[in-house]
Amino acid sequence: MSKRTVELELATPGLDAQGRPARLPLAAAAPEPERLSESGASGEHMLINLGPQHPATHGVLRLVVELDGETVVRVIPHVGYLHSGFEKLGEYRHYNQIIPLTDRTDYLSPMANNVGFALAAERLMGIELTPRCTVLRVIACEMSRIISHMVWLGTTSIDLGAFTPFLWAFQERERIYNLQEMWTGARLTTSVTRVGGMMADVTDDFVAGLRQFVDTYPKTLHEIDRVLTRNAVWVGRTQGVGAMTAQEAINYSLSGPMLRASGVPYDVRKDRPYLDYDSYEFDVPVGEHGDVYDRYLVRLEECHQSNRILRQALERLPGGPVNVADPRLILPPKSRAMSDMEAMIYHFKQVMEGVKAPVGEAYVGIENPKGELGTYLVSDGTAKPVRWRIRPPSFINLAALPKMAEGHLLSDLIAINASVDIVMGEVDR
Amino acid sequence: MNPSVETLRATFGSAIGRAVESCGDTIVYVERAALLEMMSWLRDTPGQQYDYLVDVTAVEYRDRERPLELVYNLRSLERRADLRVKVELEPGGDLTVDSIVPLWRGADWLEREVYDMFGIAFRGHPDLRRILMWETYAEGHPLRKDFPLRGRFSRAEQVRQALTANPEAHYSLEELSIAAAYDELPPDMRERLRRGERGKIPYSE
Amino acid sequence: MKRVLETKEVAGQSPNYLLAKAQDLVDWAVNSSRANSLWPMPFGTACCAIEFMATAASRYDFARFGMERQAFSPRQADVLICAGRLPFKLAPVIRRIYDQMPQPKWVISMGACASTGGIFDNYAMVQGIDTIVPVDVYVPGCPPRPEGLLYGVLLLHKKIKGESLFDRAARREEQPLDERGLRLPPEQIDEISEPFGNSIHQFRSA
Repeated sequence: MSKRTVELELATPGLDAQGRPARLPLAAAAPEPERLSESGASGEHMLINLGPQHPATHGVLRLVVELDGETVVRVIPHVGYLHSGFEKLGEYRHYNQIIPLTDRTDYLSPMANNVGFALAAERLMGIELTPRCTVLRVIACEMSRIISHMVWLGTTSIDLGAFTPFLWAFQERERIYNLQEMWTGARLTTSVTRVGGMMADVTDDFVAGLRQFVDTYPKTLHEIDRVLTRNAVWVGRTQGVGAMTAQEAINYSLSGPMLRASGVPYDVRKDRPYLDYDSYEFDVPVGEHGDVYDRYLVRLEECHQSNRILRQALERLPGGPVNVADPRLILPPKSRAMSDMEAMIYHFKQVMEGVKAPVGEAYVGIENPKGELGTYLVSDGTAKPVRWRIRPPSFINLAALPKMAEGHLLSDLIAINASVDIVMGEVDR
Repeated sequence: MNPSVETLRATFGSAIGRAVESCGDTIVYVERAALLEMMSWLRDTPGQQYDYLVDVTAVEYRDRERPLELVYNLRSLERRADLRVKVELEPGGDLTVDSIVPLWRGADWLEREVYDMFGIAFRGHPDLRRILMWETYAEGHPLRKDFPLRGRFSRAEQVRQALTANPEAHYSLEELSIAAAYDELPPDMRERLRRGERGKIPYSE
Repeated sequence: MKRVLETKEVAGQSPNYLLAKAQDLVDWAVNSSRANSLWPMPFGTACCAIEFMATAASRYDFARFGMERQAFSPRQADVLICAGRLPFKLAPVIRRIYDQMPQPKWVISMGACASTGGIFDNYAMVQGIDTIVPVDVYVPGCPPRPEGLLYGVLLLHKKIKGESLFDRAARREEQPLDERGLRLPPEQIDEISEPFGNSIHQFRSA
């Protein structure tokens, strides 16, 4: 397997706000974060409450922060304000009926969630996908990665005082939204997969549109790169903030860009390949310092790499059917269901009884934009799962927030919280 | 079948129950008494090195005869191997298991979620509280199979209880020592607090 | 069936033409200024908040409709836009934010979950925010497109322009919770929260 640590030319030691090169690798004994304490305050601590309705908490996260002057002594996150009972609801739905629910967990990357669930259900049922479907799913995953990272860039730059990248990022999102709409009919809640295939094949217009997107998208990335990467304010507010060592990152079960920014070269696409990711050429960016700045660099580079994968996928997109040829799994076309007795029976059975899965359980992890999205399905032989468990990457990443924010300033807490890239729909499910 | 199972059986003997394979994953059932020791062994022994905790969850089956299963997904980043460890619990019986937070800090919120959703208590957890539902939630543990989809109370009662919940609960400094919300806690929680099971102040290493 | 028993002359309340015109003029001036510079309080919780952000961003840009300034503090907001699902845990929060907003205030319920609970007919979800705060405009969709939200905002403009400072019936009053702690009678909440559709399969596990 071709590996791995890509030389990030962006990650050269940057400058802090004073213009000094100020970064040490984490392994070299990093200086203790400076604790500012106000002499007049006589050690009296203050509690402030951020959220659940606060523009900088990216949703309905609530943080209770204990402050000594302006220094964060302790952060206690309170989550669950968006708990919607997904997993309970999944026990009352057929496998295909769960797919619309997956859109709404991590609503920043709906298509990747659809793929994650469908892969788990297919492993449970032992279904082999068609080549065209495999490539289309790769396209869906990488498009999701791009739009999710674009939201992250936009909202994080707003949190740190830069408004312009938000508008640029959202322009790119609108272009992907147009493509998603062309494919699935929905901008956000796509429900693009079905167990054993896709909800629809793509049109030639879609392929042409995506090709155009792939060609022009790097320009925006370079613009964002030019505005942020060496910007003194950006660098000053992100470098050395919220650092996690590789050891800690593993101990806290971090995943995705959070883990890789800390220097652990672990990417599910490379290490436990699903779909046909092992045949694509792409690099896994790995950070060195584990701070907010490195997470930014890793995500920016991932956008480039996603673009690279999209380009390869478009080149190799094979013809042939999208869905597996099994009438018990895939709905017949409506015209046949209306005229052909056998097709009608299959249609009826699928809609009323659903697709039955054999007894057993399956876990599939995929590399979502936020981290490893795991889907754990347990079946007792009926058409509805006994247990549908989502391993929520941003929930687990967020649990490390108290550790990361300790000893930093209150304003850094905003940057750290933004760098986790949470989406509350998935944190709370 | 994952070779770790044989080594486990050789080391822990009868504490290791049956091992099965499902969809390419190896599942090994263990006694709950040996759980913490075994997890620690799996993490630290050279050749095993399951250093990454993927997930902690639980499963209750529709078949009421089957026990409640507590599921740990482990992974070795180095060796790229996976192992799923299960502990069987009697749904009506004692639902207390040793916490693995001392081994993996990442288990903190995952165990709280299992406690919230299934009612499985973790001995030695630093801050075992409900995490997704609010602290005074009175309807039970939602992911148990005897919990109805729409909850136990009528919708009006649910709205009333939700609106009377204090959105400012846990504001005071005392809350950090988990004393302030004492009166609002459900009785079983208060009982546990009294027995001092709640442990130390959260995140206060 | 009502039967008119007697008719009575109502003495001396014939409307003064000039006064009525003046009142209209005041209403027009006040309502146009209110409608055309609404400050939204985005109560974004879930998926709809992303579409709300898209509505605020470059392509749809709801600043064109006078919503340039997003008030993230309820104290300086005119219209509460509840974008996304509302679990019970969040119910006291939205109620408090609504109470903190000064009069006159309006509420837009954006999306199926905020309006009815949507696909989440389960233990965790409020079945429509109208059981908690009064709602002026419901925007359907899961999530609504930005055009849908803009249409809802324009409908709200229309509604505001129809209000009157002088007509007590059309004026907006505070709607506090009653002594039970509810906004509506319990029977009505239960009725609103009834599942819709005729499928029993959705409540049957296996």
